[in-house]
Amino acid sequence: MKEPIKCVGLKKTFVKKDKVVALNNVSFTIEKNEVFGIVGPNGSGKSTLIRILSTLLIPDEGSASVFGHDVVREYSKVRPLINRVSVDAAFFKGISAWENLRYAARLYGLGGKEAKQRTLDILSQLGFSEKRFYEPLEDLSRGMQQKVAIARAFFTSPMLLLLDEPTTGLDPRSKMEVQNFIRKSMSSNGLTILLTTHDMNEAEVLCHRVAIIIKGRFVTVGKPNELLEKYKKPNLEQVFLEVTGKDWKEIEYES
Amino acid sequence: MNLKAHAYGSIAFIERNFALIKRYLGWELVFLTYNVVNALAIGLIGARMGKEMVLYLIVGAMVWGFLSILFHEISESIAWERWEGTIEYTFMAPINRVTHLLGNCLHAVTYGVIRSSLILIIVVFFFGISIKGANLTALFIILVVSGLSFVGLGLMAAVLPLLSTEKGAYATHIFEAVLLLISGVYYEIEVLPIWIRPLSYISPATYTLRAMRAALLDGAGLGELLPTILLLLGVGMVLIPLGMIVFGKAEFYAKKKGKLKRSG
Ligand SMILES: Nc1ncnc2c1ncn2[C@@H]1O[C@H](COP(=O)(O)OP(=O)(O)OP(=O)(O)O)[C@@H](O)[C@H]1O
Ligand SMILES: [Mg+2]
Repeated sequence: MKEPIKCVGLKKTFVKKDKVVALNNVSFTIEKNEVFGIVGPNGSGKSTLIRILSTLLIPDEGSASVFGHDVVREYSKVRPLINRVSVDAAFFKGISAWENLRYAARLYGLGGKEAKQRTLDILSQLGFSEKRFYEPLEDLSRGMQQKVAIARAFFTSPMLLLLDEPTTGLDPRSKMEVQNFIRKSMSSNGLTILLTTHDMNEAEVLCHRVAIIIKGRFVTVGKPNELLEKYKKPNLEQVFLEVTGKDWKEIEYES
Repeated sequence: MNLKAHAYGSIAFIERNFALIKRYLGWELVFLTYNVVNALAIGLIGARMGKEMVLYLIVGAMVWGFLSILFHEISESIAWERWEGTIEYTFMAPINRVTHLLGNCLHAVTYGVIRSSLILIIVVFFFGISIKGANLTALFIILVVSGLSFVGLGLMAAVLPLLSTEKGAYATHIFEAVLLLISGVYYEIEVLPIWIRPLSYISPATYTLRAMRAALLDGAGLGELLPTILLLLGVGMVLIPLGMIVFGKAEFYAKKKGKLKRSG
């Protein structure tokens, strides 16, 4: 089987009032079973990259493939293999978690019974009580909605998960529950994960490799301990501050 | 992709849409009440001119209501998803876009037929009109078949909210208003200025109204109405695939320009 993710020279520019270069020549490959983290300041292009890999956005230049399938030309082969969590838990807020997930299950060809069982199993591991499962989502807290979003991504058993800030806005306990759940899924399912986060500690403990993205460019990539060594810092947060403090217009690549 | 897979996938959308209706049942009652009162008020305009005129007007109100429901349900199914942000999740799911849109259309037609029938029953009861001579089977068939062409138009209208949540809604309403003017909903198209009339001839609603009036007022048989039924069927067969193609193009454009995202 081909690499879970392979990007070559990805570029994406948005034109609103001004031109915004969201991705500028991004190339990388992720191995099977790897958890690959992307950290970077707000607006550096993380979500744009995830959208391209999710077949929701078409790059201007370069190519991206998921398990060897091009995300633009062979999107229908990519879609069954992936799922995604975004920062904002996007749901039909008026109906219940169960009604939302039943809808999602059908889109992925999952039967109702099986879907329900899997979801309740995931949600209980996330510390979400079954009682709230049938309430309208708008009555649930943000953290609880995020847990439902995580269940929606995991219960279709994807081969590749795209997690866009899955723990942003969660309280410390919920955050830990989500991180533990991700860690457990990593070891048991042979799953590959692309994760973006603003939490350097999370990147350090969850990810096999971490990339720092600035203004749409990967400025450094490596295993967490390699990065600490390279920049001679005690933790990733310090590395992040060091790297993002530079003026990247001046400096080209740092390999 | 076979028919069975389409059918199975379509259930997702029908089930979801009915869950949303159930959740906002209060609004359903409000809209139904409004539609009924509207049909009654329009029927009352013809009250002094006799039963025929009342039925004539009521058919107009009914078809107009049906068309509006189809339009709104289809474009709303896209607009709502954009609003909630779920559209990205629906679009990245491994489901054929044709299945997705057919599911929404199937829901719209079912729902529209139920609502329109309810209105007809209530209104006939209110006016105490006998519709013994009417050909109700033909009426039903025409309603469903006309639904196909309206669905085709609805799909094209759904492209607008896909590209812009707010401006999309403006355009859908204008499009509907034009149909109301040109299709002879409450009058014969012969009263329209001559330069507008060519538009009347290309509106599927014109033929629907004519055939439904023939079935309800004159009890016209299926044989007699067959040409119109075939015409509406044919128009539907052209407009639905065309609507799908237009939608597909718009989806590609939206993915190129980053329009699927709710904010930013
Ligand atoms: N659909 C879009 N239309 C226009 N501009 C966009 C769109 N999506 C992203 N952008 C712009 O592209 C740049 C990168 O955005 P992106 O959302 O990828 O950043 P991010 O790294 O995910 O940021 P954050 O950490 O805040 O989530 C930003 O300047 C953003 O405004
Ligand atoms: Mg982001």
